[in-house]
Amino acid sequence: MRQICAILALALFTAGAAQAAQKLRILTWADYVPADVIAAFEKETGITVEVTLSNNEEIISKLRATGGAGYDLAQPSQDRITGPQREFGIYKPIDLTQVNLQQFQPALLDIVKRNATLDGKLYALPYLWGTDGLVANVKRAKVADYGDLCRADLKGKTSIRLRRPTLMAFAFAAGKDPFSLYGDPKAYAALMEQVGATLSACKGNVKFFYDNKDQLLNGIRSGEIVAAMMWDTGGWSLNRENPDVQFIIPRSGALGWLDTFALPARGRNDAAAYAWINFTMRPAMAARITKSVGSFSAANGTWPLLDPRLKAQFTAAFPDSALKAIHWYPAIPPGLEEIEGRVLDRVKAAN
Amino acid sequence: MPESAAPRWHARFMLGLLLAPALLWLGALIVAPHLDLAVLSLRERVGPRQYAASLAQYRTFFADPLYWHVFVRTAWMSVVATLLTLLLAFPIAWVIAKLARGRAGSLLFIVCLIPFWVSETVRTLGWMILLRESGVLPGLLVRLGITDMPVELLYHDATILVGLVYTSLLFMVVPLISSLESLDNSLIEAAYDLGAGGFTILRSIVIPHAAPGITAGCIVVFMLTLGNYLTPTLLGGKNSEWFTEQIYNQFIVRFNWEQGAAFGFLLLGLSTAMVMAGLRLTGQRFGDVMRRT
Repeated sequence: MRQICAILALALFTAGAAQAAQKLRILTWADYVPADVIAAFEKETGITVEVTLSNNEEIISKLRATGGAGYDLAQPSQDRITGPQREFGIYKPIDLTQVNLQQFQPALLDIVKRNATLDGKLYALPYLWGTDGLVANVKRAKVADYGDLCRADLKGKTSIRLRRPTLMAFAFAAGKDPFSLYGDPKAYAALMEQVGATLSACKGNVKFFYDNKDQLLNGIRSGEIVAAMMWDTGGWSLNRENPDVQFIIPRSGALGWLDTFALPARGRNDAAAYAWINFTMRPAMAARITKSVGSFSAANGTWPLLDPRLKAQFTAAFPDSALKAIHWYPAIPPGLEEIEGRVLDRVKAAN
Repeated sequence: MPESAAPRWHARFMLGLLLAPALLWLGALIVAPHLDLAVLSLRERVGPRQYAASLAQYRTFFADPLYWHVFVRTAWMSVVATLLTLLLAFPIAWVIAKLARGRAGSLLFIVCLIPFWVSETVRTLGWMILLRESGVLPGLLVRLGITDMPVELLYHDATILVGLVYTSLLFMVVPLISSLESLDNSLIEAAYDLGAGGFTILRSIVIPHAAPGITAGCIVVFMLTLGNYLTPTLLGGKNSEWFTEQIYNQFIVRFNWEQGAAFGFLLLGLSTAMVMAGLRLTGQRFGDVMRRT
């Protein structure tokens, strides 16, 4: 009897372990992991992929709650890695010997290396990037910079998101460079107060502070919103439905975001995570992902494989000078988000 | 002696066994997390992964009028929503308990219940489709010639109240029905015979009799409303912040668990204080109210 029990327990245990070895749990953004890419990956490796949708803040909070367990791969933005890592220790360093670095665009890899390295160890690799700028229905609204969203003739027809990118955008629009003040909390707080005052004054102009992408997309589609701060490919996909809706690079420059691969500290299947990273960075796969998500991959050699329409939209929006003028987010030093939080709370409560 | 001791021990063991799931639930999922949160709320970050005991989180709340305002606003709007729910639920409960005969009564009750077959999220999204500027109701108003342009009915405080009342109606109707059903009809007839008017009867017979039901309904609705997150965030606009949203923001967006925990305890304190004040005001005891419903 005891022997049978032992054999049963062993069988169950090994079955459980074998199954765990075959699973990759990804914590990522909506649309970032297309179903057809998962299917191709499962076919090639036999590893099943489990996707949990999230955003930057929730990725960090979820991993913090478990001490970095529960997921094998996470996709936070590159500026949100060293801060939470220092505070909560939720990631483990990338083992570069497991990754085919040739597949990454060197310029984007450099940005991540600059911002996601802590104590000499690299904690992330680039995955997708894009920019935030303005989207407007050009027949009904002429906008050239973020500040135009606060113009009286657009009252009740604009939308922004009450999060930190908006603070950065309006700081640049006011002719200041918030990133250069990252090291000087006092000056940074003063600048944020100033931006907060601008946003509070602008609040009457805003129809709603959008919280998710569908809310904004529906607002623009229905015509309730004529101009908004928005990410590039959202604007381009709306443009395919209605040519009057266009993505506009603000005079003060677009804000560049770059989302990454990072390994949660207590992930169980690093091998599968590395296999996934190498798989999704192959040019053909990366092009497929870009087509499905709409955002640009950090992989090398995808350009010839992209949808010609998206290519045309990209080259029209970003001539070389505009590409150079993209403000990339540097890593956020500790304490700044608290300052920003207070300012955002105050804007939300202002009347 | 041993013969009588064994069954008593046995009975006690059985009682313990029967209570065990509830006690485990209470201890592991309610008491323990609250203690953890209490400890969390009493500390402060002094450096990376370094924390010290402090009252800073509570001080922030009292020092910054911003959080105060949201707190008071949430409490005030919850009271208004509770009173509105009571006003709306009372006639419904009266009709179901006293006027409807046989199947009509249960039918009416089912009508009240049906909206709760779908989740709160779906119900709230339904309100959004009805009320948004390009939605059903504003379109209807234009077609009927009442307004020239579609008006935005979403994102107002009144919209939040509508959503909250709708969400909590059932929780008021049920205790009201059960307390009204036990009211003897002959009391009302006798009052009429003695020449009392409708208002007098309501004031001196119906309401005193239904008081425990009213109080229980109000307590449940008030707590549900105060702790609601979904309805105020979805229906409320740029100006309408609910205190639960503050707690979510502190925990999830700001990574400031300490502040979030302190806010949570303040909300717990507020709801306890309000319930106690309500009981005191109506001269009732908590145990009584809960037993009679």
